[in-house]
Amino acid sequence: MQKMLKKYFPVFALPTLAAFAISFLIPFILGVYLSFTEFKVVSERKWVGIENYIRIFSQDETFLNSLWLTVKFTFVSVLTINIIAFSLALLLTKGLKGTNFFRTVFFMPNLIGGIVLGHIWSLIINGILGYFGVDITYDPKYGFWGLVILMNWQMIGYMMIIYIAGIQNIPDSLSEAAAIDGANPWQNLVHVTIPMVMPSVTICSFLTLTNSFKLFDQNLALNGKSPDTSLLALDIYKTFYDHTGLKLAQWHGMGQAKAVIFFLLVALIAFIQLRATRQREVEH
Amino acid sequence: MKTKRRIRNTAVYILLFVLSVAFLAPIAIILMNSLKGNFYISQAPFTPPDSETFVGAENFIKGFSQSDFMRSFANSAFITVFSVAGIVLLTSMTAWYIVRVKNKFTRLMYYFFVFSMIVPFQMVMYTMTYYAFELQLNNPVGIVFIYLGFGAGLSVFMFSGFIKSIPNEIEEAAIIDGCSPIKTFFLVVFPILKPTAITVAILNAMWVWNDYLLPYLVLGSGENKTLPVAVQMALTGGYGNKDMGALMAMLVLAILPIIIFYLFCQKYIIKGVVAGAVKG
Repeated sequence: MQKMLKKYFPVFALPTLAAFAISFLIPFILGVYLSFTEFKVVSERKWVGIENYIRIFSQDETFLNSLWLTVKFTFVSVLTINIIAFSLALLLTKGLKGTNFFRTVFFMPNLIGGIVLGHIWSLIINGILGYFGVDITYDPKYGFWGLVILMNWQMIGYMMIIYIAGIQNIPDSLSEAAAIDGANPWQNLVHVTIPMVMPSVTICSFLTLTNSFKLFDQNLALNGKSPDTSLLALDIYKTFYDHTGLKLAQWHGMGQAKAVIFFLLVALIAFIQLRATRQREVEH
Repeated sequence: MKTKRRIRNTAVYILLFVLSVAFLAPIAIILMNSLKGNFYISQAPFTPPDSETFVGAENFIKGFSQSDFMRSFANSAFITVFSVAGIVLLTSMTAWYIVRVKNKFTRLMYYFFVFSMIVPFQMVMYTMTYYAFELQLNNPVGIVFIYLGFGAGLSVFMFSGFIKSIPNEIEEAAIIDGCSPIKTFFLVVFPILKPTAITVAILNAMWVWNDYLLPYLVLGSGENKTLPVAVQMALTGGYGNKDMGALMAMLVLAILPIIIFYLFCQKYIIKGVVAGAVKG
């Protein structure tokens, strides 16, 4: 069969491969190359070596600011989302009636797109701040915590579903045995439930980690207008399309260099995740 | 013991109820404001409409007519339907080819597809847009081709994972009986892939429908714009003077189809999203 199927390459693989090469693979390679050049448009480029990378750190303070902001934001949202989602999952696996209704409600915000979500929260947050005579651009702190609240609202339900699946996979006999041995509910939680849902914890931590780290739409919609609350993805976008000062070619080169660094950071996170998952598979 | 449990259950219910209200409140607030007069939205965003502030469907009528909402809605629907159909059909074929034809080239293809999943969009945003314009893919038909390329990574990965787990004896038998590979794929393989196909379709539909930056860069904010781009343009004052009432109505109209879709296909959506998360 293999020999026969092989002849059908143009039917089975070529369309996908062509689309993949044109929209991803070739742009990716060109993108890496362009990060070492200054370019106004792709066809007019000048090789400058690692000049763009040096400039990011020496002439453009927004990159380090947004990197630090992204790290802070990611840390806070990963913690809050996972703690709240896990607690909700515990409550919804107690065999209460109406669990399905609550599950439906908590999951719903996850389906709404980032741009729409951002504008919904922009109205609410500005509405509340309006009572104090300010708006979200008044203090970077408002923008930061607004983003954290938005991210929690969107991701809690999603993570909760994964935790519920994890908790439901624990055999009843384990907690029953613990109860017979005299464990109270708290000990049962710490010594039985939490160790048994560790695979879900790994999945959820990395999902919230990468989603927070790469956040763009919500950031643009909620605080696109305030200068000090751009996370990395939005900072790269602004470097390309929204800037003053240096020459356009320099901005483009710098934007592409920032994008390469951003890619390396995301790849590093993915690599750590892969190792963490592999290790667990060996243990079991 | 029994009363203690009852008290505890009541407490849990109250907590869950309060949280549900908190989760639904943002959507309710938008809905509420979409029925109020312009002036009262920015003046008192948290008060429900009363006889004085209620304007009925006026905002919705304005929302429809002012921002070529229907056009953007149709664009989004067209792009989502054809992208998802294309992705499901073509990536499942590619995945079958990659798994069944074992050589260095298909293995390399597989690694490239998996690799693309970890690359953030900003890395290729500028260069991809350049090629989209060079090759004249900057229209609602061309963007379907681009979505096929970007969706290929996760979709091929998910289909391959499933195909590896099914034995190929049935396919072999079909081939021996004289079926061509194309016939074999559509009559034998694809029906088996149906559960994965549903998952892949749901994940991609949610992504394409809600996507903002890619269609903004490729299609721009003109007549070909998609719904998220239209919302962003309208709410950041792309149309000059902001009409808050019409904007609220737009937000409601943008959310409504998703919520209806969700309430009808809840089971599949939750299952699909979780399966995608665990594998990706």
